[in-house]
Amino acid sequence: MNIEKVVFSFFIVLALTLNFGFFLGVFDNPLHHDVYELFAAIVVNLIATVLKFGDRTHVGAVLLAASLVADLQLLTAALVWAVAAHVSATGVTATVTASIVSLSGGALLANVVSVVLLIIEIATLRR
Amino acid sequence: MQDRVLFLVLRRMRLPLLVLIGAYSVAVLGLTLVPGLDGAGHAHHLDFFHAFYVISYTVTTIGFGELPYPFTDAQRLWILLSIYTGVIAWFYAIGTLLALLQDPAFKQLIRAARFGAKVRRLTEPFHIICGYGDTGNLIVQSMTRRGMAVVVLDRDQERINELSLENLGLPVPALCADASQPASLLLAGLKHPWCTGAVAVTPDDQVNLRIAIAGKLLNPSLKVISRAQSHDTQANMVSFGTDAVTNPFDTFADRLASALHSPDLHLLFQWLTARPGGPLPRRLDPPRGTWILCGYGRFGKSVNRYLQYEGVPTIIIEKEPDKTDAPEGTVIGRGTEAVTLREAHIESVVGIVAGTDDDANNLSIIVTARALNPALFTVARQNERDNAPLFEAASLDLVMERASMLAGRILTLIRTPMLAEFLRLARHQNNEWAGMLVERLRHVVRGRTPDVWAVEIKAPRAAAVAAALSEGQEVHIAHLLADPGDRNRSLPCLALLLLRGEEETLLPGEPLPLQENDRLLFCGHPEARSRMFRILRDQNVLGYVQSGVLHPDGYVWRRWARRND
Repeated sequence: MNIEKVVFSFFIVLALTLNFGFFLGVFDNPLHHDVYELFAAIVVNLIATVLKFGDRTHVGAVLLAASLVADLQLLTAALVWAVAAHVSATGVTATVTASIVSLSGGALLANVVSVVLLIIEIATLRR
Repeated sequence: MQDRVLFLVLRRMRLPLLVLIGAYSVAVLGLTLVPGLDGAGHAHHLDFFHAFYVISYTVTTIGFGELPYPFTDAQRLWILLSIYTGVIAWFYAIGTLLALLQDPAFKQLIRAARFGAKVRRLTEPFHIICGYGDTGNLIVQSMTRRGMAVVVLDRDQERINELSLENLGLPVPALCADASQPASLLLAGLKHPWCTGAVAVTPDDQVNLRIAIAGKLLNPSLKVISRAQSHDTQANMVSFGTDAVTNPFDTFADRLASALHSPDLHLLFQWLTARPGGPLPRRLDPPRGTWILCGYGRFGKSVNRYLQYEGVPTIIIEKEPDKTDAPEGTVIGRGTEAVTLREAHIESVVGIVAGTDDDANNLSIIVTARALNPALFTVARQNERDNAPLFEAASLDLVMERASMLAGRILTLIRTPMLAEFLRLARHQNNEWAGMLVERLRHVVRGRTPDVWAVEIKAPRAAAVAAALSEGQEVHIAHLLADPGDRNRSLPCLALLLLRGEEETLLPGEPLPLQENDRLLFCGHPEARSRMFRILRDQNVLGYVQSGVLHPDGYVWRRWARRND
């Protein structure tokens, strides 16, 4: 058993599940999308990204790219949230929630790609 | 290479970044959870935006105040903890980064990446010089002075530093790396489209051999010139097609032998291979008779073999005859003592070769020998280039200095490969032929060593001649040798060799008509070279030396001239 692989798999799957948890619910209802879940998703995603730093394999490079995409999407979502809640006068409306959730949906897709890649890598590892 | 730098940074920064993310996320999360009070005394929780804001300025020690409301003690406690964990995390990250930047391995990687980028950007033909010792230094200096690009590899960082301090006129990319590693050679541009040759002049035969092998295997079109000190290595290098293998001892012994049996040919060689514009070397006339040879190492063996071949009897003086496999009748001793020299019949010999690997001993041998027999022809081997003033002061008849001898030979091969061809052909001529040529040359060069240059009858360098030939006009060698200012005078130079396909003509006659793709070798005064290139390139100048009529240049003048006809 490779401890590095375990840790990375743990974080990448956790990122996916947290992201999914945040995404779940009525699309534009602010009450269904908890800010703490978004925070957790961002932190776990960042950790998963850093874990892939310096991985010179081909799969590692693609995983890093997918993680960076997810980070970008989630951080944009957080930024949109912060601007809506604190900078603009409107507050977190249904429209804003919709765009935040769709951004996290993109990140979710990137996380799915990561996990699929991970499964492919495991499947091709023959012993 | 640049990828490797980035990967190394990312890999080393992995843990510090994880620690930073951890510290920040715990601090931010905690701050959103710790209860606070707003201005009116109601319970209030910081949201993520404000929490991240507060943590950002707190942890980076900017310190800004308590926002948006004054903190409760619970919040202050949490901030306190956050400051320490956060600042430590930052110190750790920055410390790791600084340590990485100071790491010698990392620095070397950066240097290699920069070197690789410089080599990749080269857009002119260049040579890779492996080994920047005395020989490498001379080669690099001569080549850069001629505007030829070079790339240098050496295993010693000191030498690379020396190179960067030297005023070479051209930027010379240099790297401290083991040239016997194919990766270093590839980084130095072995497969670069502009790479024309590799020169292996490291002090280690085995390394030179490996460079030659790598060069020939990785880029077969590459010209590889290598130095070999043992005959084993030499044979090995030749066996897989190294273009030129140079053994300094053999080269010198060969020159000494050629001076003995055909002094004019030797003089011709010296003139043609010397640095252009220097003082003209005088003719050596080594006397025929018995010679003393001090030191029977690789150098001594080479000299002995060539002298024996010339039929010159030798008496060998060697300190350790058993170790060096010296022949019978060897006088045991260093040669620095009068006793030993007398034993070798110093009074009755005509010449002495001081060929040990110690410069002080060699000089001492010469001085002692001269005291016993002032008429001796003296030859010494100079091992260290720094000792040059001593050898100069000793006013010897011939000094063998390895580095400059090797550099001279290698430069001839690199700069004018046709000269090497000419010298090879000239060896088969007799001394009278050489004497005649030397007299003609002496007339031309006016007391300075001649410049040697090759001409190919082909556009763009010989555009005018090539065009004239394709129009069916006849151009003779004599035309190229005429002075563009006054065609009744001739340029101070000689045609040495004509290559036409497989055909080689030594000293081609002046009325010989040229053909396209002919290759010619000239030697003469450096000024003649640039004038000749004017004839080759400029149609009007060519027309003038052909017919004596100066054709008008511009469109108007041409029409004017036509009307007057």
